[in-house]
Amino acid sequence: MTHQPRLITPDVLIIGGGPAGLTAAAELAGRRAGKILVVDREQDAGGIPRHSDHTGYGLRDLHRVMSGPAYARHLLQAATAAGAEIRTSTMVTGWADADTLDVTSPEGRYRIRPRALVLATGARERPRTARRVPGDRPHGVYTTGQLQNLVHLHHRPVGKRAVIVGGELVSWSAAVTLREAGCTPALMISQYPKAESYGAFNAAGRTVLRVPVATRSRVTRIIGKGRCEAVEIEHLDTGRRRTVACDTVVFTGDWIPDHELARAAGITLDTGTLGPLTDTALRTSLPGVFAAGNLLHPVDTADVAALDGKHVAEQVVRYLNGERPSDQGVRLIADAPFRWVAPQLLRPQDPAPARGRLLLWTDEFVRFPKVTVRQDGRVVSRRTLAWPAAPGRVFRVPSGLLDGVSPTGGPVHIGLR
Amino acid sequence: MTATPRSPHDGVYDVAVIGGGIVGAAIARELSGCDVSVALLEARDDVGDGTSKANTAILHTGFDAKPGTLESRLVARGYHLLSAYAEATGIPVEHTGAVLVAWNEEELEALPGLKEKAEANGYTRCRIVDADEVYAALPDLGEGVLGGLTVPDESIICTWTTNLALATDARQRGTTILLKHAVTGVEEGTEATTLHTAAGEVRARWVVNAAGLGADHIDRLFGHDRFTVTPRRGELFVFDKLTRPLVNKIVLPVPTSRGKGVLISPTIYGNVMLGPTAEDLTDRTDTATSEDGYAFLLSKGERLMPRLLAEEVTASYAGLRAAIDRSDYLIEASPEQRYLLVGGIRSTGLTAGIAIAEHVRGLLEKAGLPLRTREELPPPPRMPNIGEATLRPYQDGDLIDRDPAYGTVVCFCERVTEGEIRDACHAPLPARTLEGLRRRTRVMNGRCQGFFCGAAVTALLEQHQTDDGCRSQHKDNR
Repeated sequence: MTHQPRLITPDVLIIGGGPAGLTAAAELAGRRAGKILVVDREQDAGGIPRHSDHTGYGLRDLHRVMSGPAYARHLLQAATAAGAEIRTSTMVTGWADADTLDVTSPEGRYRIRPRALVLATGARERPRTARRVPGDRPHGVYTTGQLQNLVHLHHRPVGKRAVIVGGELVSWSAAVTLREAGCTPALMISQYPKAESYGAFNAAGRTVLRVPVATRSRVTRIIGKGRCEAVEIEHLDTGRRRTVACDTVVFTGDWIPDHELARAAGITLDTGTLGPLTDTALRTSLPGVFAAGNLLHPVDTADVAALDGKHVAEQVVRYLNGERPSDQGVRLIADAPFRWVAPQLLRPQDPAPARGRLLLWTDEFVRFPKVTVRQDGRVVSRRTLAWPAAPGRVFRVPSGLLDGVSPTGGPVHIGLR
Repeated sequence: MTATPRSPHDGVYDVAVIGGGIVGAAIARELSGCDVSVALLEARDDVGDGTSKANTAILHTGFDAKPGTLESRLVARGYHLLSAYAEATGIPVEHTGAVLVAWNEEELEALPGLKEKAEANGYTRCRIVDADEVYAALPDLGEGVLGGLTVPDESIICTWTTNLALATDARQRGTTILLKHAVTGVEEGTEATTLHTAAGEVRARWVVNAAGLGADHIDRLFGHDRFTVTPRRGELFVFDKLTRPLVNKIVLPVPTSRGKGVLISPTIYGNVMLGPTAEDLTDRTDTATSEDGYAFLLSKGERLMPRLLAEEVTASYAGLRAAIDRSDYLIEASPEQRYLLVGGIRSTGLTAGIAIAEHVRGLLEKAGLPLRTREELPPPPRMPNIGEATLRPYQDGDLIDRDPAYGTVVCFCERVTEGEIRDACHAPLPARTLEGLRRRTRVMNGRCQGFFCGAAVTALLEQHQTDDGCRSQHKDNR
């Protein structure tokens, strides 16, 4: 290549212009932390809320409620107003060396070498192929992300009768989008046994959405040449199978972080979340590289991701000022039925996690969960929480439960009864 | 001799080639380099949409073919012809080499015989290696390797670009490409044969049947009953690109009487592939994947490379091989009918395609069709690079400076740019469907399968939709 790529050297580079990245940018720029650059590969910054055209955004971070697109615009404006630079249609494609990133944009191919880096690349839903669902490969099979993109950003028609695979918060969001597009959500399929598992919606909400749910079920085959015609589903307990006619299938939830850049840099990942393993200051295993948002906890709501961004900003400032973490620390380990906990590392002198909460994902529904923290065979604390632990949404645990943990002890186990 | 291609005389082509897969496209390309008018009839809405799109995409040395067969000869020659053609056109190729791995004593004992077989096929670079050497090349292989046979020239290639390059080349040499022309009936006349198709009649003096899975049906329309195609389904898993460092060589099983078995191969797009299964079906359209197929592949993969299975599956697909009830290619001319059959071309047809076309040309000449090479043929097309081993548009700063559309990444997982999508929609054989666009650019083939880009890609395809005349036989296609 004759081309010599240009190099730019901001103080902080934030990869990903969703709620976490934009909030971190606004906060850092507001603190006069130097030149703050946000790059986003999409045409417009704002992340997933841009195409989630329903209300409910902004509650925890802005203390008011607005639609996804309005929320995205608000965050973008706040970051820009604070002085951060946002570059869209700008994709980080890899690492040129240990501190330098390769970038492709319509303005050209160039490199960025920041003093500190925040990965805020978010998460995506596992598509049908990654879930290893066999059958035909017809049109009309989507993830919620693609569905909402089609409907809300591109105003395209979808089919008439849909099956929704999954019973997470986002699955209900898919149902709303389908209804708006004139497509009947004919059935929701969930592996979980109880209606309470389906997220935050109360009975009234479910009545409004009117989606029948097949519990303890999974999709075993997609049927249809050209256009989708049906899915075959199996009851997990009886093994009984039946086909359900539909021209649209939406695979929802089952999140995986967009961890490609983290993995390419050799950053240690957590085996539960598959996102970078971080301490409560949101540091990754690579000095100067931080992570925030749904890359770390796939997937929590947009406002929680935004609050991560706010939290990480202060830690980045401390890093830029020369502060370095203790090399001591204990690992937090999520015991079954928890699938993961974030963050995963507790160091002495570090701040409490964002919002003073540990985030966990459960595979079992427990209405009155008793959370137990153990270290070296000793119960550090035990508390019954007032909110249920439900599959399909993040379970929050006050980090005060860790107060008795010894920073020089063994791994800390977090369990549920 | 003439420099310009012949037009059909009174609406009658000199040759009609049935089947727009790799073999049919290669034959049309070869013949349209001669002083004859050629039509290429494809049943589907794009070339390369049948068996050719879903194979294991290996450029075979032919080391393991049955010595003395037509297949052995054409694969060996095809390897060199296609390698040179890939160089000229930019078809992505990576010379990774292969290791045939023995997992038990029986397989270990089979290695010397395989080496001798390779030598009988004229391939002399195989070497028998011990387990340490196998693990040195492929450290992530599962436990229990006893030894291996190296095949240093076995390579991976882009089957999609190969098909498109051959068909584009044929078209630029004057072949009329007729899509959605499934042949439903044959009427033999004294001067010309009339092919009844889904899109009207096509008349030609000579007919070449390279219809792949449908070749026996077409053959029966010509009054023959010499073979039956059994669709043999092969299912494959494509693993995430993050697995590619695990597999830098093609990992072949020792072939048994039950077939070639399951292999692990890097793909030209930077993934790792596990497969195929082999299952004889009756339905020639059944390219569905199956629970049994998945279970089988996963059990094989668990043994071959457990680390691979911990990674994400990006895609799974099934292809159908046109297996026939004999162990060699079936290529025969019927001069009295001005008809030639190209049947039983299995997965080696990707490698052998251009050599098959040469062979077909010779048979047609012998059967009475005069074929003189034209002078000043158009140069072969330069195909867009969709392979991972050489510079792709998103990495090319000079190119982006000249045309910012190559700096606008639309498909994030596969790094496909707006410029490439635009080009594919306006190419000589343009993308008309999302599937066609996927094969030309890799768009939507990545780990998110359209989560981020699906809607944008659909919009771009519509925005750039063009009519190149390939759907209708009446329009001038040059």
